Amino acid sequence: MAGSITFSVNGKSQTLALAPETPLLYVLRNDLELNGAKFGCGLAQCGACTVIADGAAIRSCITPLGDVAGREVTTIEGLGTSEKPHPLQKAFIELQAAQCGYCINGMVMSAKALLDQSPQASNTEMREALAGNLCRCGTHTRILRAIAQAQKEMAP
Amino acid sequence: MREMGLGRAIPRTEDWRLLRGRGRYTDDTTLPRATRLYVLRSPHAAARICSIDTTAGLKSPGVLAILTGEDMAREGFGTFASRVTRQRPDGKPNFVPPYRPLALERVHHVGEPVAAIVAETLDQAKDAAELVAVDYETLPSVTDTAEAAKPGAPTVWEEAPSNLCFLFKIGDKSAADAAFARAQHVARESFLISRVTANSMEGRAALAAYDEGEDRYTLHAGLQGPHGMRQEIANVFGLPATRFHLISPDVGGGFGMKGSIYPEYILALWAARLIQRPVKWIAERGEGLISDHEARDNRSTVELALDQNGKFLALRVNTIANLGAYLALSGVHCPTNNLGGLAGTYTIPAFDVTVTGVFSNTLPTSAYRGAGRPEASYCIERIIDVAAREMQLDRAELRRRNMIPAEAMPYKTALTFTYDSGEFEAMMEKCLELADWRGFEIRRAEARQRGKLRGIGMASVIESAGGPPGKPMEEGAEIRFDPGGTATVLMGSHNHGQGHETVFRQFAQELLGLPFDKVRVAYGDTDAVYHGRGTFGSRTMMVGGTAFKAAAEKVIARGKEIAAHLLEASALDIEFSDGRFTVAGTDRGVDLAEVAKASFLPGRTPKGMELGLQGAAVMAPSDASFPNGCHVCEVEIDPETGTTQMVRYTVVDDVGRVVNPLLLKGQIHGGIAQGAGQALLEAVVYERESGQMLSGSFMDYGMPRADDFPSFEVGSHDVPCRTNPLGIKGAGEAGTVGALPAVMNAVADALRPLGIARIDMPASPEAIWRAIQAATT
Repeated sequence: MAGSITFSVNGKSQTLALAPETPLLYVLRNDLELNGAKFGCGLAQCGACTVIADGAAIRSCITPLGDVAGREVTTIEGLGTSEKPHPLQKAFIELQAAQCGYCINGMVMSAKALLDQSPQASNTEMREALAGNLCRCGTHTRILRAIAQAQKEMAP
Repeated sequence: MREMGLGRAIPRTEDWRLLRGRGRYTDDTTLPRATRLYVLRSPHAAARICSIDTTAGLKSPGVLAILTGEDMAREGFGTFASRVTRQRPDGKPNFVPPYRPLALERVHHVGEPVAAIVAETLDQAKDAAELVAVDYETLPSVTDTAEAAKPGAPTVWEEAPSNLCFLFKIGDKSAADAAFARAQHVARESFLISRVTANSMEGRAALAAYDEGEDRYTLHAGLQGPHGMRQEIANVFGLPATRFHLISPDVGGGFGMKGSIYPEYILALWAARLIQRPVKWIAERGEGLISDHEARDNRSTVELALDQNGKFLALRVNTIANLGAYLALSGVHCPTNNLGGLAGTYTIPAFDVTVTGVFSNTLPTSAYRGAGRPEASYCIERIIDVAAREMQLDRAELRRRNMIPAEAMPYKTALTFTYDSGEFEAMMEKCLELADWRGFEIRRAEARQRGKLRGIGMASVIESAGGPPGKPMEEGAEIRFDPGGTATVLMGSHNHGQGHETVFRQFAQELLGLPFDKVRVAYGDTDAVYHGRGTFGSRTMMVGGTAFKAAAEKVIARGKEIAAHLLEASALDIEFSDGRFTVAGTDRGVDLAEVAKASFLPGRTPKGMELGLQGAAVMAPSDASFPNGCHVCEVEIDPETGTTQMVRYTVVDDVGRVVNPLLLKGQIHGGIAQGAGQALLEAVVYERESGQMLSGSFMDYGMPRADDFPSFEVGSHDVPCRTNPLGIKGAGEAGTVGALPAVMNAVADALRPLGIARIDMPASPEAIWRAIQAATT
């Protein structure tokens, strides 16, 4: 297809005929029906839209679609299944880290990128990795505990 | 049997949906042929609208409609209501400004909607908005609370001279005056209780549709009380409530802010009818910051009279409350209806409380976690610390000397509340022990060696929940069984993060013995749910729980008749326990699920009895509850940068009987985070001259982040509430009520060795650095 962009989302190849400057967040939500990433501010200032591209946490609201051409994007929908939840999803539920749930996508995806890259991440590194993710329900301390719990489960 | 009943720490059933990105927030729903609404807003704090020319905008590609205040006036729309009325000094009811969805002739704050543009896409609507020519004649404006109240300030409304909306007094002035006259010591201080905004992570949103066949409107929006909102919207349209269907799905944070009626709901619904297509509006973040109702913003002068032994004799409070340019639905309520907390956990014999409500060229102020409660606690708890410092008494000891003893319950305060229960001193001792209050000076000295200023602060606070006191509002609950024997619980309260889907399953297990997987909890749909007040004021567990219990009792009563028929016994001999009806004294019985199935079968029910099994109740408890708690906060300040780090936080709370400790502690954590956020970081700032919003983005409005908090230590000292059948007190706002004074008392204590007597919220690095510079140079 002429003028189309191909990239992978949650392991599935997608080819879309969209303007390359379209923010990835809108592509995920409007064209791929993946609503897990949220619009919080549109300016990469809150983290609600975080997804993972080739292992790195990125803000999908300011990432042009063209930037992920040929890359592997993971959204929260691609994490675990009902039968086999991701350790982060499990820990967030067990420790009741989510309240309204709107920031949680970003918290989980930022944490996943961190733990995938540095399985031994320290508490300080966790705090730093999440410093760009806002949560107004004030569940930060539980989110950090949940990440630490998931880290243990993910340890080889 | 009740392993999932009340009191158990059970993870939430709703979380699996939210943790997989399967939540359903307003923007996650689309409707075929949906269009987009963009709202053109006033760039001025005060101006006359000389003209609006929409000609060029209407020719812009994709534009479907451009609507103005004049269009709205022609259609006869009403204005937004103010729920509470107070009096002017002359005794007449306060002036209620005409709060219209679109400005007419004048604008009164930056961000006020001026025109509604509907187009095929958002970009097209924004392009057209650029072509709408509005000719403004700017006028002088005032945004600051104290300045708005000063003589000669620019007038916001000519109908309200001196910007005065109301003058509200409670207490007994002559008794207080007499007490002050004989006082040995009077502590006096002025406090600025800053203006904050909720900034829910999900901004406000609306998806409106109009069904021409039925002449009926549907609104999807994140709301806290859909039924109340349906009536407010119907009133603005001048139509019956039956013509509106409100759906409030998952909501990404409410905090009181989403309890207000807002212009965009009306504009989206109206436009959907005009263009006969669905209309979607999603607040951009900057737009939310100039259109969401804000909160608090008080200037309070507080005086505490004490005798030579430190016994409190009287409290005098003079507050100027900034109401904004218009009155929000709860705008007058917040600064006047939750003053009872000023009495605190203490025996204060006399009060003299005056609140002056003023208009300003700012967004309306309304409810935000606590809605007047944290402000009241802030005044009493901070002035006690001032008194202790001046009288050279230990702060805990001064509180102890004045605490209401447990045996005095029920205790009628000299202000407005009558507390049903509470063991304030035992709770404070427990908290001081957990927080190692007595060992603090060692930690202070150790920090000093590291060049840090360490401080400790406490607050013993109480607030009303599920009120108003004396005449609490009701909630609706319904339990519907289907012919398969499973149940749907329909609640009038609204879940936006509190965990209601889980806790009402716990109620169903506790009271009806139903397993979690046989119950669905529904809410947030005015067509499905019979009646609801909604979620605010820490009310749902006690008020919704009271209604649920009444509904469950109806199910049991009816179930007994059916069970008696099935078991060939008298209904009087049927007992119900743990989901099973049995004939007293025998092992013959039948499960509730079987009774529910039988209830739909004419042959299996008593002759002449109506079929089906359900119970519904709209109920209020006999009184509000009074959750209370003791908070201790420790901070360390870096004098070089002014940065404050919370290093320790301990709270012991009494929220009555606990439904789910896991969720409860989450609510307490969140409340503390929001209180600490206001104390240390957050502030809505308007530019003095122009009235422009300076804190208009997440880069300008500071909020707490993951690296800002220590781990909170949460203890409990639960004393069951005596005024509702479940013994539950509220919990949602408790953390904020205590955190505001506890954090600021700790900051003040840390700065005390430098001779800094006063520090106001937010105690930002800049504010502290400046205070230190002024004190040390």
